[in-house]
Amino acid sequence: MVADENAIQAHASAPEKVPFWLDPKKRAIVYQIGVLCMFGLLAYYLISNTLNNLEKQAIATGFGFLNKESSFEIGETLIPYSAANTYGRALVVGALNTLKVAFIGIVITLILGAILGVARLSGNWLVSKIAAIYIEVMQDIPVLLQLFFWYAIFYETLPSPRQALNPFYGLFLCNRGIIFAAPESHPAHKFMLLAFILACIGVYFFRRWAKKRQDATGKALPVFRMSISAIIGLPLIAWLVYGAPTTMDVPTLTGFNFKGGITLSPEFIALLLGLVLYTAAFVAEVVRAGIQSVSKGQREAAMSIALRPTQVLNLVILPQALRVIIPPLTSQMLNLTKNSSLAVAIGFPDFVSVANTTINQTGQSIEGVALIMAVYLIFSLSTSAFMNWYNKKVKLVER
Amino acid sequence: MTRFKLVVAVLLAVVLTAGIAWAGTLEEVRARGHLIVGVNGGVFGFSMPDDKGVWKGLDVDTARAISAAIFGDPNKVKFSALTAVQRLPALQAKEIDVLCRNTTQTLTRETINGLNFAPVNYYDGQGFLISKKLGVKSAKELGGATVCVLPGTTTEMNAADFFRANNLKWKPVVIEQTAELNKAFFAGRCDVLTSDMSQLAAQRSVSPNPAEYVLLPEIISKEPLAPVVRHGDDQWFDIVKFTVMALINAEEMGITSKNVDDMLKSKNPEIQRFLGVSPGMGKALGLDEKWAYNIVKMVGNYGEIYERNVGPNTQLGLKRGLNALWTEGGIMYAAPFR
Repeated sequence: MVADENAIQAHASAPEKVPFWLDPKKRAIVYQIGVLCMFGLLAYYLISNTLNNLEKQAIATGFGFLNKESSFEIGETLIPYSAANTYGRALVVGALNTLKVAFIGIVITLILGAILGVARLSGNWLVSKIAAIYIEVMQDIPVLLQLFFWYAIFYETLPSPRQALNPFYGLFLCNRGIIFAAPESHPAHKFMLLAFILACIGVYFFRRWAKKRQDATGKALPVFRMSISAIIGLPLIAWLVYGAPTTMDVPTLTGFNFKGGITLSPEFIALLLGLVLYTAAFVAEVVRAGIQSVSKGQREAAMSIALRPTQVLNLVILPQALRVIIPPLTSQMLNLTKNSSLAVAIGFPDFVSVANTTINQTGQSIEGVALIMAVYLIFSLSTSAFMNWYNKKVKLVER
Repeated sequence: MTRFKLVVAVLLAVVLTAGIAWAGTLEEVRARGHLIVGVNGGVFGFSMPDDKGVWKGLDVDTARAISAAIFGDPNKVKFSALTAVQRLPALQAKEIDVLCRNTTQTLTRETINGLNFAPVNYYDGQGFLISKKLGVKSAKELGGATVCVLPGTTTEMNAADFFRANNLKWKPVVIEQTAELNKAFFAGRCDVLTSDMSQLAAQRSVSPNPAEYVLLPEIISKEPLAPVVRHGDDQWFDIVKFTVMALINAEEMGITSKNVDDMLKSKNPEIQRFLGVSPGMGKALGLDEKWAYNIVKMVGNYGEIYERNVGPNTQLGLKRGLNALWTEGGIMYAAPFR
């Protein structure tokens, strides 16, 4: 057997005897190794040359600066921070601020964009035209200008804290932001959160069970109503059990500014408004295109088998529309996240703003810019990884 | 394959030789035909274009003096307006030849940032500007205040130090563009604006309602503002350094843009050396012997520049104070030209 195989191989390769530079496969490998080598050399050249030049100018290198005291203050923080903390922590504060505005922004944008997209297709002439005008106008104004506009509205039109507008109890509007009362912290809140999480998990399994049951028996349960009442009801029960605390932390004017309550700064609101109103116009177009991509016959067929309008939307239209909507939606979400770096212009301390200050104080621009790129890359890649996973989930099973 | 070898050879040659040759900044500037200077662009009296688009100010005139020293023409300068955050990277990346942008000399900037500071062209200190309506008399009463501050400045760090040292709470609002920051402050976004005293005076003078704002008495820092160059070119550093010194020495010797031609006939050997009548100084710097003459003739001495841009008779009305000559109670003092 072995001898046979050898003979066959010898026979197969004998007549060719092609030199390796004439064999396209081998030649391709040589080229690829060559390109790889050149790329490696180029990278080596760039890095060594940079290091060499930095050394010549006696500019410090490395990430050691992250452990040094930052000695600058940040206006808005999600975690405790002071000028006595390190540059590393300052950058984390900045990254969290970016995440905050991106996350809240994306949620509101999706809701507003979906409403606008549906309104654009509405049979009502006025509603449809208003949506159309909104989309055209918002898409055509650069987002930076919109940010300046919203920010200027805040500090130009609203009064100082001492003359703050107080439309109703517990809410204040002034050029320091929107300040509103919040429930005073109480042990009950922890249990309400726990109850909420439990309810969500419970609802998830209940829905799966209900779907199986429906598949098996054909009997449908009022799943939506039951889910909602569980998600609202369980925390409510926890709240009642712990004595229904109602004390509110009401903001009061002391010295220069309001103390207590929750403050949304003008910078944050202007950034959020600008990003949301701008991106929602694009999302609306994506949603409209997605819905229009489902042919009319589908809807008519669904209605003809006596599905209710919500069922038509949930079971027939959406599964097909989402397939078209999700990929461009992902890129809009990434756009919003990346545009949030325009915060620098209106003074919201996002990651870029903090990193810029760090670069300036430490002089380590290469490391700083590398960090900025890495952080945005991580944000973008995780957003698109999540969306790709979701896309696979909602994709139609095609044959 | 031979072609591939050639490519590798060329690449290796590039890798081995690149980065070794560094043309001197002076040659580069001469070859280019003009100087590129980083300035602020938004501080009246220091660097700001006037209503005809002509750059005016103390920092601008310092830059013009360097141009006069090199080219015998004060107008061969291209001004590049930079924010506080951009300025040091721009200098390090060789986008500008010299930075004249009210930049404070600090140990970190000299060492870690790899920069050299020329002699100070304005001694300043950090203060607070506040609306009279708030009734605040001292910076110690600023607990809980919202403070507008430029990011990437020593100001930002001094303010953090000050509030920490006095155990006061505060909330910074940082906006990178000077104009946007000032707009926010004068519209009431912040209670206080903090910056160098000279800048605060400048911003107040161009604000909609200057009489409504008051400078608090505390000066919380030393801010020696000076032109800056990068490490690694000593000849260029010398030229910038001695241009500032020439401005100061000219004032001390009583040479002005008006009498400089008469001074050429002076019998004083110090003045003769300064104006290049007896040669040597220019050659030592790699410049024309008339370099200092050109500076004074075309731009003026330090006193003239000061009076023209920020002095008591201007809109800013800043007294000489520390910036007077050492012979007149200030600390402006320059090395002798010999």
